[in-house]
Amino acid sequence: MIRLAGAIGLLALISVPIWLGNSYYVNIASQILIWAVFALALNVLVGWAGFVSLGHAGLFGVACYTGALLIVAGWGHLAAAVAAIAVTLVASALFGVLSLRTSGIGFIMITLALGQILWGIAYRWIDLTNGDNGIILRARPQPFGVSLESPSAFYFFTLLVFLCTLASMAAFAKSPFGISLRGTRDQARRMTALGYHVWLIRFAAILFSGLFSGVAGLLFLYYHLYVSPHVLGLPGSAEVLLMVISGGSGTLLGPIVGAALVVVMKTVASAYIERWNLVLGAIFVAIVLFMPDGIVPGARRFWCWGRNSLRELIAAKGENLS
Amino acid sequence: MTLWIILTINSIAMGGLLFLLSSGFSLIFGLMRIPNLTHGSLFMLGAYFGVTFLRLGINFWIAALLSALVLALIGGLIERLLLRRLAGQELAQVLVTLGLSFIIADVCLLVWTGDPIPLTTPESLRGVVRFADVVFPRYRLAVVVIAVIVAAALWLMLERTRLGATIRAGVDDPEMARVTGINVSRLFTAVFCLGSGLAGLAGVLSGPILSVYPGLDAEMLPLALIIVILGGAGSLPGALVGSFIVGFIYNFGQVMFPEFAYVVLFLPMVLVLVLRPQGLFGRQSL
Repeated sequence: MIRLAGAIGLLALISVPIWLGNSYYVNIASQILIWAVFALALNVLVGWAGFVSLGHAGLFGVACYTGALLIVAGWGHLAAAVAAIAVTLVASALFGVLSLRTSGIGFIMITLALGQILWGIAYRWIDLTNGDNGIILRARPQPFGVSLESPSAFYFFTLLVFLCTLASMAAFAKSPFGISLRGTRDQARRMTALGYHVWLIRFAAILFSGLFSGVAGLLFLYYHLYVSPHVLGLPGSAEVLLMVISGGSGTLLGPIVGAALVVVMKTVASAYIERWNLVLGAIFVAIVLFMPDGIVPGARRFWCWGRNSLRELIAAKGENLS
Repeated sequence: MTLWIILTINSIAMGGLLFLLSSGFSLIFGLMRIPNLTHGSLFMLGAYFGVTFLRLGINFWIAALLSALVLALIGGLIERLLLRRLAGQELAQVLVTLGLSFIIADVCLLVWTGDPIPLTTPESLRGVVRFADVVFPRYRLAVVVIAVIVAAALWLMLERTRLGATIRAGVDDPEMARVTGINVSRLFTAVFCLGSGLAGLAGVLSGPILSVYPGLDAEMLPLALIIVILGGAGSLPGALVGSFIVGFIYNFGQVMFPEFAYVVLFLPMVLVLVLRPQGLFGRQSL
């Protein structure tokens, strides 16, 4: 059943450029996949480690900026990408060392502050980052000589990265590391008593999350060929957090659904009204108030409830007949 | 030499403004255990209300007080209508305040447009006071005086009144406070109103110095966060010391290393986190 659904989903994803046709929609599909990679990365912390970060756009932005700066400085795409991921990992390690001194609300505040520091660097260190004007790239990379300039070529490239991310996340969720991470979320003290190094597990989770945030950042850079300080700001961190929470944190499908929801809402909303942030804030409040689990767990519960009550109904009918 | 004195004066004035902003933030954080992420937005909203009241021809000081009152009311509504429904779920409360801050920012953009609006300095406080070679802008001196008065009033309220004693009890141990018969949830509303009102007041008072523009909220909120992490949650002396530390670093940083002024602001916070996670004056760790 799940395999069938997965196969159908995969086919649907691969055939997107065919049935969407219009390159405008293909580009939106690419954006959804990029954000889904980012949301899956944040989900490692929010869903599985139980740590809510409000500074993740900072890590995403570090990858964007490092990649952009190195490419502009004349590095090859591959070397720049590897270096960008490496720098993002270093930034994630710094994030981890500082923010893991706290948990819960303190963690939120510190990651928010750390994210703002990175924003401050991008915005004010004009000699390096070109300030508010940002950095423009000339062309997308050409892995193995394949041009990614057309929307559908770029979509397939993004899809490949997305599927690798999804596979890594699925493997991670089942791995001993993933399970022990969830253990530290639910019963940190018991995990310590069992001999696990809770801090180290959480630190590794931050690195893992940072790694894929960096991957998403690079995809974002290749897609827009442009990076500016807006990428790193608090609204960016809040947006990706909204994707994770609205879709359902701690699930694999949730962050993807959330990414699709937010990107589509944003695209549709910005076509009709200028006030995207108003809509974003309102969804945020509504989700927290009325659907704290997110869409995917909510839908799953609704499905189970429907199935069970249908069964009960049938059973009751059967009893009546007999 | 004169430059340094002027910088010092500016730092003190900014410290005063930051104290008005962060004292409420710190009390709310100490009592309710949530960082109120709308605090920067309330500051900005206060300034915008000040703009509107001034345009109506109202006296600056009355406008500042009216703004503070309106903001206190808005803060009370936020607490009663939204945060109250999520009592005990700190994460949900933080997310709601985050969502609200986006809504407020966008509404401000809609109503007051995107151009920076300077608030006119009140007539009586224009110009400068001279001491020997040094000139002091009168308005900044007045801001310092107001901050000192508010700090003294807050201190008296917290240390000498019944309400203050209950607030302190709530900050130290909300459950025990509840057990002894203190109505902690009513306290939440009161402190939220107080903090919001102070943020609004700070917004109007900062208007003639900083002027008001979209994005002011996102600039002020991290400052309040830094101050509370520095000083310790729920601690008035902590907020005071933290505000002046930030005020000085901000102003001196702007002159000495303009590109990194914003980043350097966060350094003391990082130091405090590493060496003393509960903050300089705090009792409980974050």
